[in-house]
Amino acid sequence: MKMLINVAESVVADALRGMAAAHPELVVDVDKRVIVRRDAPVAGKVGLVSGGGSGHEPLHGGFVGPGMLSAACPGEVFTSPVPDQMVRAAAAVDSGAGVLFIVKNYTGDVLNFDMAAELAEDEGIQVAKVLVNDDVAVTDSLYTAGRRGTGATLFVEKIAGAAADEGQPLEQVEAIGRQVNDNSRSFGVALSACTTPAKGSPTFDLPPGELELGIGIHGEPGRERRAMMTSGEIADFAVGAVLEDMTPRNPVLVLVNGMGGTPLLELYGFNAEVQRVLAERGVAVARTLVGNYVTSLDMAGASVTLCQVDEELLRLWDAPVNTPGLRWGM
Amino acid sequence: MLDAEFFRRWMTATAASVDREAERLTALDSPIGDADHGSNLQRGFTAVTAELEKEAPATPGAILILAGRQLISTVGGASGPLYGTLLRRTGKALGDAGEVGEDEFAKALRAGVDAVMTLGGAAPGDKTMIDALVPAVDALGDGFVAARAAAEEGAVATTPLQARKGRASYLGERSIGHQDPGATSSALLIAALTEAAGE
Repeated sequence: MKMLINVAESVVADALRGMAAAHPELVVDVDKRVIVRRDAPVAGKVGLVSGGGSGHEPLHGGFVGPGMLSAACPGEVFTSPVPDQMVRAAAAVDSGAGVLFIVKNYTGDVLNFDMAAELAEDEGIQVAKVLVNDDVAVTDSLYTAGRRGTGATLFVEKIAGAAADEGQPLEQVEAIGRQVNDNSRSFGVALSACTTPAKGSPTFDLPPGELELGIGIHGEPGRERRAMMTSGEIADFAVGAVLEDMTPRNPVLVLVNGMGGTPLLELYGFNAEVQRVLAERGVAVARTLVGNYVTSLDMAGASVTLCQVDEELLRLWDAPVNTPGLRWGM
Repeated sequence: MLDAEFFRRWMTATAASVDREAERLTALDSPIGDADHGSNLQRGFTAVTAELEKEAPATPGAILILAGRQLISTVGGASGPLYGTLLRRTGKALGDAGEVGEDEFAKALRAGVDAVMTLGGAAPGDKTMIDALVPAVDALGDGFVAARAAAEEGAVATTPLQARKGRASYLGERSIGHQDPGATSSALLIAALTEAAGE
């Protein structure tokens, strides 16, 4: 597989160097692997720190900036960052108002962030945590690690970020983050596997005539495989799976998210089908976002995330945001 | 008696075998995980041996604590905290004795494995590293060679299981039929004990 890289070992560091050059409004520590808003810590503001494996760009580093995250910790490709990075990030953004960790539900992310929270608290930093677990493809039972965190991460980071920017206190920002997660559900499909730089070949074998349903964002296979379907059929299946798990009483935010290897032409076409299904099901749509936001390297495919919002959550969603990956209203 | 030098050899032998087997670990991680178990552990144990060369703790406990801390701050993922906790808690249980008996070591390793089970919430049969570590600790009373055989058997026995913890659990029944990469790397760690002992 051809890749625009030097060597697999330096992929993350090289990307961070390039990010630093493109975004002087961010402080990018390439060695320590922490991305921080240049104006941090902002007096009186709760710091928002997220992170996870690299390979999901623009998540999370691309969401650092006014109105969203204060700092992000990129791990190795598809590998959680280490506690040292998170503690460093927390210390850089804490103004005394405390820090909220936004953590996707993967064993590695949870363990490392929990260790980091303990260490940060030892340093006198008040830490709260929101766990994102929106993926309906995974059975949430005693016998799994719980649902994965996928597309809803963007909703949590944006809406909690807006609340933090308004100067809301830590427990309130945490409560809003949890509310957004509780109101969100996702389902993803893959048309191809992705290729990690370390392995250099696709992580699983997906024949041309088939697709994977219920995939996560780490190149792991999904819950089942079927013969290739049309965009409309995929929308029926994906939105159907989400609505099996939630009955929105309020309008929803819609995220039609590309996995990294699917062009916008296809994503917009897919969104047309998603909107059709939602209309057929009587679900009102408040806002829609289409693009590559929570990706899985070069995987072809898409995920659908719905988040039901009341007026307050919608107001926070609409609030200005200025980050490399998401920008409006300013 | 096992001295600091033995534990240093244990870590070096583990690093060497993780190096040798990195591709195999990654290949095992590919169908049910995200294809990086080998490269992640390789990065961690390389850092461990580099750190042990720089700093030379004088006791078995201090060596394992240093190694564990190093794994936590370099590996990431679930393997970092889990392997880090295994070594740190084993090291802590050994205290500051200059030499430890094999029985004492077996007891300490059991404390380390218990800490891993608490941290990760996994029990035997969940298709994780625990499936190699628990039988190894149970067999340790009969020597390192017996522990190695038990760990390898435990790792192989994960193949027909359905994963209930970690990323493989997201696949449900599709995780069946693949040997668990974590149990496999744990078997390497235990096998390295025999190398350190020259057995």
